[in-house]
Amino acid sequence: MIELITDTDERREMTINMGPQHPSTHGVLRLELLLDGEIIKKVKPHIGYLHRCFEKYAEEMDDYAKVIPYTDRMDYVSAMNQEHGYVIALERMLELEVPDKVEHIRVIVAEMQRIASHLLGIGAFGLDLGAFTPFLYLFTEREKILDIFEKVSGARLLYNYMAVGGLMRDVHPEFKADVADFVKTFRPKIKELDDLLSYNKIFVKRTANIGILPVKVALNYGASGPVLRGSGMKWDLRKNDTYSIYNQFEFDIPVGSGEVGTLGDCWDRYNVRVREMEQSLLIIEQALDSMPEEGDVMEAIPRRIRMKEGEIYTRTESPRGELGYFIVGDNSATPYRIKVRAPSFVHLSMLPAISKGSLIADIVAIVGSIDIVLGEVDR
Amino acid sequence: MINTIATTANALTILVYAAIPLTIILVYALVAIWAERKIAGFIQDRLGPMRVGGWHGWAQSIADLLKLIQKEDIIPTNASRFLFKFAPFMMFAASYAAFAVIPFSSGYIGSNINIGVFYLLAVTSLLTLSIIMAAWASNNKWSLLGGMRSAAQMVSYEVPTIATVLTVIVVSGSLNLMTVTEMQSGNDILGFLPNWFIFQNPFLLVAFVIFFISILAESHRVPFDLPESESELVAGYQTEYSGIRWAMFMLAEYADMLLLSLLGATLFFGGWNSPFGEFMSGPLWGFFWYMLKGLLLVFVMMWIRWTLPRYRVDQLMHICWSILIPLSFINLVLVALWELIF
Repeated sequence: MIELITDTDERREMTINMGPQHPSTHGVLRLELLLDGEIIKKVKPHIGYLHRCFEKYAEEMDDYAKVIPYTDRMDYVSAMNQEHGYVIALERMLELEVPDKVEHIRVIVAEMQRIASHLLGIGAFGLDLGAFTPFLYLFTEREKILDIFEKVSGARLLYNYMAVGGLMRDVHPEFKADVADFVKTFRPKIKELDDLLSYNKIFVKRTANIGILPVKVALNYGASGPVLRGSGMKWDLRKNDTYSIYNQFEFDIPVGSGEVGTLGDCWDRYNVRVREMEQSLLIIEQALDSMPEEGDVMEAIPRRIRMKEGEIYTRTESPRGELGYFIVGDNSATPYRIKVRAPSFVHLSMLPAISKGSLIADIVAIVGSIDIVLGEVDR
Repeated sequence: MINTIATTANALTILVYAAIPLTIILVYALVAIWAERKIAGFIQDRLGPMRVGGWHGWAQSIADLLKLIQKEDIIPTNASRFLFKFAPFMMFAASYAAFAVIPFSSGYIGSNINIGVFYLLAVTSLLTLSIIMAAWASNNKWSLLGGMRSAAQMVSYEVPTIATVLTVIVVSGSLNLMTVTEMQSGNDILGFLPNWFIFQNPFLLVAFVIFFISILAESHRVPFDLPESESELVAGYQTEYSGIRWAMFMLAEYADMLLLSLLGATLFFGGWNSPFGEFMSGPLWGFFWYMLKGLLLVFVMMWIRWTLPRYRVDQLMHICWSILIPLSFINLVLVALWELIF
């Protein structure tokens, strides 16, 4: 329907479509905004533009392992973490023992992927606020991670690297040196980022006290990950419901503190991500130290997965929050059902609650700060 | 007979005279757009355009211009056709007309009128009008929002701009930009510094800072590029424009940047005066120095663009009305007192 804005009636409100082709909706999100001037009276997210029938696809496969490449495509900027959650769920269901070396490599790549994902999230957030240059600086760093992943798995975005009970193939011989080199060069860059963006006066002005998410609201909506931690809740599944070998490592859970504004504002969510990258570096360093040199990464991979009857829900900490896999087996090689609990979907549902009464420029900041990936929202 | 020849010659002279700024603007725009990309590239650790034309992609802007000329001229169905077509040309005309009073060198000024500054500020106000015209005629909500932002922004920031220009006028006592420049000749301050206004009086230094912030906002540069902020309003008032009309907007925007930078160079940095007194002076050297000063200011604007994030619309207004305007008026009084005492 064409609504002429040249109409002369007295109406002051204006409905406007933000997206699905809009530079800062991070993909194909459509926001229906009801505006009074520049003030947002109502916001309604419309999703489904990237729906790819994940569940139906999974039910049609004749092998559980064939779902792995498809988990990559949900949250396409943190594919390793998606795979990690899925294989852990299956391993728990099959009661498989995974070799120590495999666990170490998984943790290292998962944490590197977390850094890569946060780099993209932070960079795009800055871009939304008009800071073009930090985005490219961060992409340079992300590129280094992708280069390592390319050496490891052969792919740069969608890896299909983890297998049930092991890995698709062993890491290349210089893996440890490559990762150690990255950790060394990346640490000073976080300081640089702080100088350039985190404490930039304009950036702080744009993000502090904007999109405040009180911890109670966050819990009611089921928020998790950096969004929940930004509201001051110390909740990280790597510690609170530990999986893989995360209990062997020492690291902190950074939480929002309301340092420059109110607790739970956009800046807090942003800052939690930056500080999390530091913690991920710590985990990577520890994992590199304790990683065994010898071992076959493919020895525990079952030739054919035949799931017994039963169901399981496992959750892992993806860069965006609690990524849950609910798997129902029916005594065959085909999954009866695989349901994914995607953190981005939950976080997007909070958008109307935290963006009422803000300006158009703020909604861009809020969408950027909850860091959604539409592939994961729509699945 | 002789009379007709004289008038034809006169008309030709006027045409040539009028075409000089146009040539300067066109050449400058091609160079500046290429330079902006190069500067952005260097700031962001990448190369920028490298292919077209061989040496560091020097012909990139020319190639882009050719592409834009060939593009289909799309006018939205519900647009107000005449205004939609007219707005970009009016915007460029406003920028171009203002160049008439810019003293490019001691030998050339388009029109040596004694209300030069006043004329320049008045004509550039048309820019606001053309932006609103474009925004409203597009019949697009994003354009309209961009247009409204731009109207508020430009009207507000004209106040501190004018107030700081007034401080210079208080010192110079003339509205003629040629006279203002001539007053800054010579190197007498502390024995070696040129007699530029920025060195003459500490309050004029403050005035320059306010002036520079205001012209950033007036020419829609980061951190004040809200009318076309791509991550919020898609492209603001330019959303529906494509091809050559969009190119006209870009041209006008770059011309506006140069115009305001040249105004700044005239008012604060001695215009076409050489920084070394009599050394390297003269009409041609004057032109060189003047463009150098103007382009340096343009460079600083580009540098800022690729470094800072963007302000929000209410913060922008806050900076203008509660910081820059009071400051610029207090500064005006202080400059006047300084002139009275010394």
